[in-house]
Amino acid sequence: MSRYVPPKQGRVGQFLDVAVLLAMTFGALYAPLYLGLAGSSKSVPAIGEATWESLGQNATQVAQYQALGLTDPAAAAPIILARYDYGFSWLALAVMFVVVIGYYVMMLRLSDREYRDVIAEKFDGSNGRTRR
Amino acid sequence: MSDFDITSDTMDGMGPHGTKVGLLRVLGPAHVWALGVGIVLVGEYMGWNFAVGKGGAYAALLACWFAGILYTCVAMIDSEVTSTVAAAGGQYTQAKHIIGPLMAFNVGLYLVFAYTMLEAANAITAGYLISEVARLTGGVVELDQRPFIVLVIMFLAWLNYRGVLATLTFNLVITAIAFSAILILFLSTSGILGAGETHHAELMAGQAALPYGWIGVLAAIHFGLWFYLGIEGTTQAAEEVRSPARALPFGTLAGIMTLLIAATLTWYICVGLIPWEYLGDGVNGSVAPLFDAARLSGTPALVWLLGIGTLFATLASANGCINDASRAWFAMGRDKYLPGWFGAVHPKYRTPYRSIIFLVPIALAFALKVPLDQVVTFSILSGLLEYTFMPLNVILFRRKWPMGVIKRGYEHPFHPIPAIALLCLCSVAYFAVFLGYGTQLVAMIVFYIVASLWFHFRRYRFVSRAAQFTMPWPRPKGY
Repeated sequence: MSRYVPPKQGRVGQFLDVAVLLAMTFGALYAPLYLGLAGSSKSVPAIGEATWESLGQNATQVAQYQALGLTDPAAAAPIILARYDYGFSWLALAVMFVVVIGYYVMMLRLSDREYRDVIAEKFDGSNGRTRR
Repeated sequence: MSDFDITSDTMDGMGPHGTKVGLLRVLGPAHVWALGVGIVLVGEYMGWNFAVGKGGAYAALLACWFAGILYTCVAMIDSEVTSTVAAAGGQYTQAKHIIGPLMAFNVGLYLVFAYTMLEAANAITAGYLISEVARLTGGVVELDQRPFIVLVIMFLAWLNYRGVLATLTFNLVITAIAFSAILILFLSTSGILGAGETHHAELMAGQAALPYGWIGVLAAIHFGLWFYLGIEGTTQAAEEVRSPARALPFGTLAGIMTLLIAATLTWYICVGLIPWEYLGDGVNGSVAPLFDAARLSGTPALVWLLGIGTLFATLASANGCINDASRAWFAMGRDKYLPGWFGAVHPKYRTPYRSIIFLVPIALAFALKVPLDQVVTFSILSGLLEYTFMPLNVILFRRKWPMGVIKRGYEHPFHPIPAIALLCLCSVAYFAVFLGYGTQLVAMIVFYIVASLWFHFRRYRFVSRAAQFTMPWPRPKGY
């Protein structure tokens, strides 16, 4: 009935662990940005000379735009006309759900193995079946 | 059974080594409310309006209420589990006791990322607001926002470093002012006090209501989460409140009620004053919609009040985020899930000072380099992964320790309906995220998979086994 005694980690090891975690973090968050894959961009259809009428704005909407400082309809046009494209691939959607579910299944299974060790050592005094 | 006391004033007792210098138990229910609402209320002042851009004005309202149901489930579940597992780290510590170490490690990272990204978003908004005030008051040269972004993060980190009571009392005052500003703006523009300023019928005419149809409603749910994201952060105060069983449920549930009111009023005011295309463009259009609504009211006193409200909301949120992210990082360090160096408490101020300082440059890196909508999305994605964990957590909690086996500070009603509802709502939210930011979601999950493998096969060797389980509970059923 032995208890698991973790090794003592030196300062260099602690520093390296933090560096690895930070590298993974910045990689995951910055990579989509630098690869241009981040976010859904809007598209703006080309139009000729913009007027409030051609932009489909009624009198109240025009008055509010002017109160916000956008007095020139050409300046407001990119904001008013921009639209998202919600077309998507069912395969990509399926892949996303498989990745999400697979991640949770993996995590729950590995967690449960570790948890059984914790409970065994806590309540029985032994460190269970998995030893490292 | 247990050789520690989580309510001790002299020992923190929660870590594997139970130090004599623990976090201070000085907070009450009002501080818990201030922490939760303080983190979230900025979501009413900025960010939620991307939901209008995603699906139109009505879509944003439906998303607001959909997310309101989701977060009510979160608050109910959290109140039960946290009032029972009252320790710093919040959901991280819950996961450690209920599901297992790897889940806890992941949840700890969700918390740190959600709050650090939210802190960065707050600093960006504060910088924008200061430059906008300079422009409106006659400034001819565009103000460089970066020094103000740095100043906001550094000042609040210093405040957190100096002590939790001052930090959250500061939050209580500025959050109350920011919430009052929304109420005053609503009363002033809706026609209840004086002439009505809003033009709902005209501004929501034609395409403005649902420009993308129902797919737009689904897409809007992504940013609908922003109305409430962070209310679950109340749990991070668990080890610093005088009475966890009373203060945490009270503060959390009062907080979600406050936010449901604030979110609906915010939607009503803004869509009644700002054209939806401008309102929905949070980068080139309305960065701070309540502030813009006050400008459109034409009343200088309201402009000043909402300017102050926006600034206070961003400061309160960033302040609470530094508090929460540092507690989660600290708790993981204390358990050796991360290098134990982070698990230190300041000998004089009794704060997790190393964790507070360590997270400052990370927040700055994102606040200074990444656009607002991307930072918001990073925060939402981490939050969404966390909300997916919560129903699993409470179902296993009730299964491993059935009712009556351990003393619960609060028992949420209708179990398992809130847990199942939360899981279903999270699935819809994943689809909403997929419609615009699927790549980031997959990139983030790949990161968590790699980080999980790193933890399981390398880092976990430095963690004591039994010492992680610090609650005075009997053996879990089935183990």
